[in-house]
Amino acid sequence: MGDMIKMVVVLTVLSAFSGGLLAAIRDNTKDKIENQQLQFVKGPAIKSIFRDASNDPIADRFKLTDGEIERSFFVAVLDGKAKAVAFESYGKGYGGDVGLMVGIDTETDKIVGAGVTTHAETPGMGAKAKEDPSFVDQLKGVSVADPIKVTGDGGSINAISGATITSRAVCAAATDVAAVYQRLKPQIEENLKAFTK
Amino acid sequence: MAKTITQEFVKGLWAEIPPFRLVLGLCPTLAVTKSVESGIGMGLATTFVLVGSNVLISMLRNVIPAKVRIAAFIIVIATFVTVVELLMQAFTYPLFLTLGIFIPLIVVNCIVLGRAEAFAYKNGIMPSLADGLGIGVGFTLALASLGAVREILGNGTVLGHSLFGPSFEPFTFMIEAPGAFIGLGLMLCLMNLVGKK
Repeated sequence: MGDMIKMVVVLTVLSAFSGGLLAAIRDNTKDKIENQQLQFVKGPAIKSIFRDASNDPIADRFKLTDGEIERSFFVAVLDGKAKAVAFESYGKGYGGDVGLMVGIDTETDKIVGAGVTTHAETPGMGAKAKEDPSFVDQLKGVSVADPIKVTGDGGSINAISGATITSRAVCAAATDVAAVYQRLKPQIEENLKAFTK
Repeated sequence: MAKTITQEFVKGLWAEIPPFRLVLGLCPTLAVTKSVESGIGMGLATTFVLVGSNVLISMLRNVIPAKVRIAAFIIVIATFVTVVELLMQAFTYPLFLTLGIFIPLIVVNCIVLGRAEAFAYKNGIMPSLADGLGIGVGFTLALASLGAVREILGNGTVLGHSLFGPSFEPFTFMIEAPGAFIGLGLMLCLMNLVGKK
């Protein structure tokens, strides 16, 4: 009986201690991890979307809650005015979620650029969505009100050959971005004012 | 009868070098040795976990009841692995992206559990520290050397520096999975040849 109690006590204490330690470390590294992710995962996509921005879109960002989800919006100053935002959404790809960062000009409501952030697609096939910018470049100039679909589904985006599922995932992510943008536009514009200097 | 601290350390470098002599921990050995850099990163992460878990288990060896020792080991090991994972995400994010799923998989690495069970649970703190460090450094050396073989033959580079110039035609298959098995086999063979009395 004493043995039994000892086992339970030892395991409980050990688990509680581990849990506490991990929570403490997680709290202390959380901001740092978020910055690293911004820099290495989202950073390259954001930079390629806002090549002409005169500010640092990664540093100039704000957050909005959309239903349950909190989204980060990256602000670009173009021609001296903070008028474009980029944010991310996901589409279901062949190997999991495909993340797509999409930049939208709030004056024209048109997409200024897009870039794949995270994916687990097949190298040489779906992975081209990230490596070969000519695919996502098709989104440039598309209005948020237009349907974003691959040609096979009645849209105007040419799918990557051999990677229809990935192409659909990218389109789904872009469609979601467009929907969120239209839903949150008043709040986005409100937040953008603070960034124009 | 008891071996000195130095002996405990040195045995991990040759006589009991994990992937080659004990043929343990093959999953990360085969999977992440595509380059010297990721081999070293994986090795160091494992070393940290090994040293931490060995020391802690050795400290607690009189407290942990024998019947639940494996469960207790796993808690300790899993805690250290999560610590490594968080720290890598916070400070060496690109390396974390390369190693990916294999960092959490250190939890089930036979070497770590094996050393806890076979050594730390029966020995004092200092020998356990030396044992963990020795085995860890040995593991790192093994991964780095296998990584070097595969990177040199498969890509013509070491740590990203080109060795042979543009005329070199790399054996791409050494970077792929079969190359890992063949490289490991050849190195085992070489070690047996050298070690044969």
